Amino acid sequence: MKAASFEYSRPRSVAEACGLLAAGEELAKPMAGGQSLGPMLNLRLAQPAAVIDLGAIEGLREAREEGDAVFLGAQVTHAAIEDRRVADPSQGLMPSVAANIAYRAVRNRGTLGGSLAHADPAADWVTTMRVLDAVYVIEGSRGRREVASGDFMQAAFTTVLAADDVLVGVRIAKCSTGTRFGYFKFCRKVGEFAEAIGAVLLDPARGVRRAVIGATAGTPYLVQDIEGVLVASQASIEKEVRAAGCAEPYEFQMHAVALKRAVAQALA
Amino acid sequence: MKNVNFTVNGQSIEAAVEPRTHLADFLREHAGLTGTHLGCEHGVCGACTVELDGAPARSCIQFAVRCEGAQVRTIEGFDDDAVMQQLRTAFNAEHALQCGFCTPGMLITARDIVTRLPHLVNATDEARIRQELAGNLCRCTGYQGIVRAIQRVLRERAGATHAA
Repeated sequence: MKAASFEYSRPRSVAEACGLLAAGEELAKPMAGGQSLGPMLNLRLAQPAAVIDLGAIEGLREAREEGDAVFLGAQVTHAAIEDRRVADPSQGLMPSVAANIAYRAVRNRGTLGGSLAHADPAADWVTTMRVLDAVYVIEGSRGRREVASGDFMQAAFTTVLAADDVLVGVRIAKCSTGTRFGYFKFCRKVGEFAEAIGAVLLDPARGVRRAVIGATAGTPYLVQDIEGVLVASQASIEKEVRAAGCAEPYEFQMHAVALKRAVAQALA
Repeated sequence: MKNVNFTVNGQSIEAAVEPRTHLADFLREHAGLTGTHLGCEHGVCGACTVELDGAPARSCIQFAVRCEGAQVRTIEGFDDDAVMQQLRTAFNAEHALQCGFCTPGMLITARDIVTRLPHLVNATDEARIRQELAGNLCRCTGYQGIVRAIQRVLRERAGATHAA
């Protein structure tokens, strides 16, 4: 199918983009890499009055070290992360996740910030940012603000971003060299969106022990009983998967197995 | 309508386009380059894959209006490309196509694989080649011939490097 008609503009700065979004009165949609919004436009699942193209804003492609953290601009592509063309705060977790997002032709255009703002529960970055405890940096007509990883996504396809906000990037604390991680996603075909994701990050030097259940019906779920899950206690895993909202038998089984496999990878 | 300037197969193009016109339709309908095929039109089948600023991209979900200043290379732009010549010969020899609908996208993805991942020369690398190809659907060949053709070119190129 072909997209419905829309107005198009190509701002050169975040401030200009925010102004255009505000003028759009909730009917304007920002476009980053366009690898999710493009299909949604073609299928007419999305019919915004205006598309505000963020692709020409140079500053959003930036990636830089900030002391104990790395800032990744929202327009950094999956392929740039996969190829390690930008700094990696995660000791290899992010490049390995990036390499398995969709297909290379999509990874060449698709961006970290676009995926996060789109907030598809089955996408990889929302879960990965939760396990890395990333900080979201947002600019809007009311100024700049920072949002914790657990507060950014509110529900499936729903975030704290207001209609005139732009996600400018994420700040991720650098993991130590002794960091171990596990990431397992279950897909029916290479490149498909995940049915279930398990993510585990263990960074003893920073005292970080985190596990996340992703590809739920809503937001990624941060495991509460990390001790029980790390010793692969079946009771703990089942309790956490239920708490993540995955109760239907198939869904429950997929998420329990994904979490167990991520734990096993991290401890291997 | 919006004005847009970009380069297609080395030639600069200036055109007024509707923002909703995707690059594949622009290439086929406006530029007359019908080698780029359209299958699913939502970024899944890979038939419309072109090179955008030197890397493969789906032209059906890239809007032409976004291509300001970009370098686009379609299958027609690879006529004199040495790697593509090798791939065309190998696709022919290994029966890597039947109807040919997926072939332009397959060739552009195949060229990316053999140039970006030249180390995939061993028999054990077949799974990785198949993973890299997973974004291009073929309903004729069952992929066997396509994978063999790519392996053949990978080996030829590795041999040429060693010989040099």
